[in-house]
Amino acid sequence: MPGGAAGTGWTLYPPLSVQMGMGMDMAIFAVHILGMSSIMGSINIITTILNLRAPGMTLMKMPLFCWTWLVTGFLLIASMPILAGAVTMLLTDRHFGTSFFSAAGGGDPVLFQHIFWFFGHPEVYIIALPAFGVISHVIPAFSRKHLFGYTSMVYAIAAIGLISFFVWAHHMYVTGIPLTGQLYFMYATMLIAVPTGVKVFNWATTMWRGSLSFETPMLFALGFLVLFTIGGLTGLVLAMTAVDIQVQDTYYVVAHFHYVMVAGALFSAYAGLYFWLPKWTGHMYNEGLGKLHFWLSMIFFNIAFFPQHFLGLAGMPRRIPDYSQQFADFNMISTVGAFGFGFAQLLVLVVVFQAMKGGAKASAKPWDGAHGLEWTVPSPAPYHTFEDPPAFDPTEAHA
Amino acid sequence: MAGLLGMLAGPANAAWQLNLQDPVTAVARRVYDLHSLLLWTIVVIFVGVFAVVAWSLIFHRKSIGHKAADFHDNTTVEIIWTVVPLLILIGIAIPATSTLVQMRDTSQPDLTIKVTGYQWKWGYEYVTGDAAGVKYMSVMSTPREQIENKAPKGEHYLLEVDRPMVVPVGKKVRILTTAADVIHNWSVPAFAVKTDAVPGFLRDTWFRAEKEGTYRGQCSELCGKDHGFMPVVVEVVSDEKYAAWAADQQKQLAAAAEDPSKVWKLDELAARGEKVYAANCAACHQANGKGLPPAFPALDGSALVKGPKEGHIDIIIKGKPGTAMAAFGGQLNDTDIAAVVAYERNAWTNKLGEVIQPAEVKARRGK
Repeated sequence: MPGGAAGTGWTLYPPLSVQMGMGMDMAIFAVHILGMSSIMGSINIITTILNLRAPGMTLMKMPLFCWTWLVTGFLLIASMPILAGAVTMLLTDRHFGTSFFSAAGGGDPVLFQHIFWFFGHPEVYIIALPAFGVISHVIPAFSRKHLFGYTSMVYAIAAIGLISFFVWAHHMYVTGIPLTGQLYFMYATMLIAVPTGVKVFNWATTMWRGSLSFETPMLFALGFLVLFTIGGLTGLVLAMTAVDIQVQDTYYVVAHFHYVMVAGALFSAYAGLYFWLPKWTGHMYNEGLGKLHFWLSMIFFNIAFFPQHFLGLAGMPRRIPDYSQQFADFNMISTVGAFGFGFAQLLVLVVVFQAMKGGAKASAKPWDGAHGLEWTVPSPAPYHTFEDPPAFDPTEAHA
Repeated sequence: MAGLLGMLAGPANAAWQLNLQDPVTAVARRVYDLHSLLLWTIVVIFVGVFAVVAWSLIFHRKSIGHKAADFHDNTTVEIIWTVVPLLILIGIAIPATSTLVQMRDTSQPDLTIKVTGYQWKWGYEYVTGDAAGVKYMSVMSTPREQIENKAPKGEHYLLEVDRPMVVPVGKKVRILTTAADVIHNWSVPAFAVKTDAVPGFLRDTWFRAEKEGTYRGQCSELCGKDHGFMPVVVEVVSDEKYAAWAADQQKQLAAAAEDPSKVWKLDELAARGEKVYAANCAACHQANGKGLPPAFPALDGSALVKGPKEGHIDIIIKGKPGTAMAAFGGQLNDTDIAAVVAYERNAWTNKLGEVIQPAEVKARRGK
């Protein structure tokens, strides 16, 4: 690509992104395509959830995974067009003589950051909410108990989705926004801790006095709970503007969002993968390899990312190609962890491939504690799963 | 293998620093304490929550025959664990608010310095005080050989500059930030100062250093290729030393004022141009003039460099919009631009044998 790849990071801040070569135009094109597919996918999911539920399944009896997807769908529809607008303005600034983000023409580079993060913060919850849904199925199944506080879970999901639109400038504390702005965004961001806390407490209470077993999906769900809580708590530290100014754009932020995102996106996806793999393939997966995959992931993840908290506090900036010698030791540990974590993920390919090829036949409901309509059909599920609307048993509701 | 052993042996000045840097201003100390308060708060919350989880994991296991209870709602505990976190948050918000208010109070400074971010160096301009009018660039001084592992790395590898900012101890220094090209960020952790430098806008921050010494930071906003190579160094000195430094700078300022109508010979101009090139151009176009295509074109054999000198002078003065080629018209004086043009037109294989006089550069300005 003439001019090289787009070297701005995912945030695409101008004027740096205006300097880039054609790679940036390609990135803008890719963002538009992703945005369109996200919006169309969301419309599909929302209409399906609102129109095609089984008879008797009211919204408040819906599986939580569907609830999280319903809220995620709305977040995508509301936030993706904002990003599309931002990158389109960037495109016209680059090629058609506009000055949205250039002070020389009466614009403001920081305007882009406001628009970007108005999309960017809800985006974080777009990734995290479906994860919350998966965990809300896996933990009750392996605790052999109903999910604690279903109603408050639904309200917490909706509250997190809504508040996510009111906190965007906590990514911009150092851009010179006014003191009153910093204070407002600090208080609003702290507020997110309340519904997030409710969810963690509900999961913990679901396990309380249950009958717990630790198959791979449950291990990944517990891993999620530990890592996500650490990431959430460092998020509270970052919400404090005065402290954030010390660690903004350092490895502390890198550590924070990996604890939230790897737990939120990856560990929960693995929990869901191992949970539903028997349903998808009709075979049980290799439990030993699954557990090995979990333990290697959990150990190497922490080796890779926990030291980055220290690097960030000591002042190591992110997005630098080389660093001062004082940061070398923790970086070495982090590198070892990152390679270990990366190689450990190859195991999941083996596990999935094996389950696709063969193995012990899975029954319609391989997990004795699981609830929900998907476990009433054979494994693997037949084509056109429910040709006739299924009979919905209200005692099976609430995951 | 040798590399791995080298890594294990570790560098001579290895540090396992776990916390924020030692604070040197009152604000930085408050931030340090606020962070400690938050850290212990979240540790207590984490231990509390996971003690309960651990109890379940140990005593409520199926494998030891524990039978699941059947409960799934309790309004009382749900209200408690909504209200208690809210109260904790209010408790933390109070010190967080007062620290922030103090941090943002830039009123009544003793000294004001304007900081301009360039790709990839800092420009310092003393606006008030003894050194008012003094203006210079602060460029990283770590040699290329150390970066390319051809020489052992020094103690302040990547955190050292040719000319640091010099400020008096105990004085309130207000920093105005702006930038010439893209967004940069001027940051010194020991002062708890980190402020974006936004092109076309002024932002401000302040510090009052309580201890003499050298304090180091780095650009903290991704600003392109050499973002990792534009450190911030601030030297805090006594009042007397500061006054002496300011007087010396003022003297140099007067001496450096040169006659723009002087007529230069090629060799002295090219010698000066080589230095200007090394400080301003070599990061992208490279010392050998080969550039780093495709983003940074070669100057050796370049059609533009070997073409008419007006075009060559213009691109240095105005830059090239939509690329990383910055406008140097505001950073370099006529003599420096003439020198670097002369150097580029005669270095490497571009043996044009031409001299460019400062007066010719002056004539191109504003065209």
